[in-house]
Amino acid sequence: MSDRPVARYILICSGKGGVGKTTLTANLGIALAKQGQRTAVLDADFGLRNLDLLLGLENRIVYTAQEVLAGSCRLEQALVKHKQEPNLALLPAGNPRMLEWLKPDDMKRIAAMLGESFDIVLIDCPAGIEDGFKNAVAAAQEAIVITTPEVSAVRDADRVIGLLNTEGIKPIQLVLNRVRPKMMANQEMLAVDDVTDILALPLLGLVLEDEQVIVSTNRGEPLTLNGSNSPAAQAYTNVAKRLCGEEVPLIDPAKARKGLRAKLGRLMQTKIF
Amino acid sequence: MTLRDFVNKLLGRQPASAATAKQRLQLVLAHDRSDLNPELLEQMRREILEVVSRYVEIDLEEGDVSLETEDRVTALVANLPIKRAKAVVNPAEADGEAADPVWTASRA
Repeated sequence: MSDRPVARYILICSGKGGVGKTTLTANLGIALAKQGQRTAVLDADFGLRNLDLLLGLENRIVYTAQEVLAGSCRLEQALVKHKQEPNLALLPAGNPRMLEWLKPDDMKRIAAMLGESFDIVLIDCPAGIEDGFKNAVAAAQEAIVITTPEVSAVRDADRVIGLLNTEGIKPIQLVLNRVRPKMMANQEMLAVDDVTDILALPLLGLVLEDEQVIVSTNRGEPLTLNGSNSPAAQAYTNVAKRLCGEEVPLIDPAKARKGLRAKLGRLMQTKIF
Repeated sequence: MTLRDFVNKLLGRQPASAATAKQRLQLVLAHDRSDLNPELLEQMRREILEVVSRYVEIDLEEGDVSLETEDRVTALVANLPIKRAKAVVNPAEADGEAADPVWTASRA
């Protein structure tokens, strides 16, 4: 028996596609690694894998989870270590055809293997609530649900939370992505409290809409990698800190805006009756 | 109502959409979480009204049976204005087709 603490297995999921699961996984992975956590990111999206691309590791993949499961290579051979951030390693998703035979137990086995040499295993979940989702859930103990303040994303998040509850995943925490302070101030976007009330989850992070996210994915360099001080980079870093138990206050979208227009916007939110 | 809502109303503009989004979400989630489709809910509503109206006279126009949800707990909420406390009905017959309920009390 080793004397180190047991690894944490954290699922990153959303239900709806395109709300920022993989971006969060990549940025969080880097941020956690920077904090000294030995972090493995497991791409559980076998159908549409992209985690390798966001981390800029797509050209260094030799083996995948498929070969590891089949026993045709060792785990260490399949793991792709990040050059700049050696505390981080990616286990790439296998061939989409794996979905035909992959079972929840296989994912559990892979995660457990990673847990032997890492402190944190982040599992990038596929969109949807079908088999791919169920396989990914099997490997997890806790979960981060990411959503945007839009009705479809919140509805899908709710479905996912229901399923995670049934599977006994705990804790489940929320990251609210692509928040637009101006729209929120104009009450043309669901407020942060609206979303947390509806989903009844504690808020782990709040990420403002940020063009730099697109720039960073173009380059394959997550924002948290190079100490960028863009709003999203700070938000992701703060999520990592909170995950490790550090208390970091959440930003207030209303205060993210400055100037006369913002003041007027706040005045307009005054309840008159 | 916020100042913004007031100004919008004054200018004849559509109210801000966030409140609408919240309302629509709460409704749709109440249904999602209960796994009841609108058809089943309607059937349940009719049957509840039927049972209740055996005991009290209710305002069918105003009556409302809906699903509400808070903190991930869904509740069936029935708001049935009572016109007058009806009549009873022999408990033994309450279940069957009590053809002529005996009016024992009525309140204006």
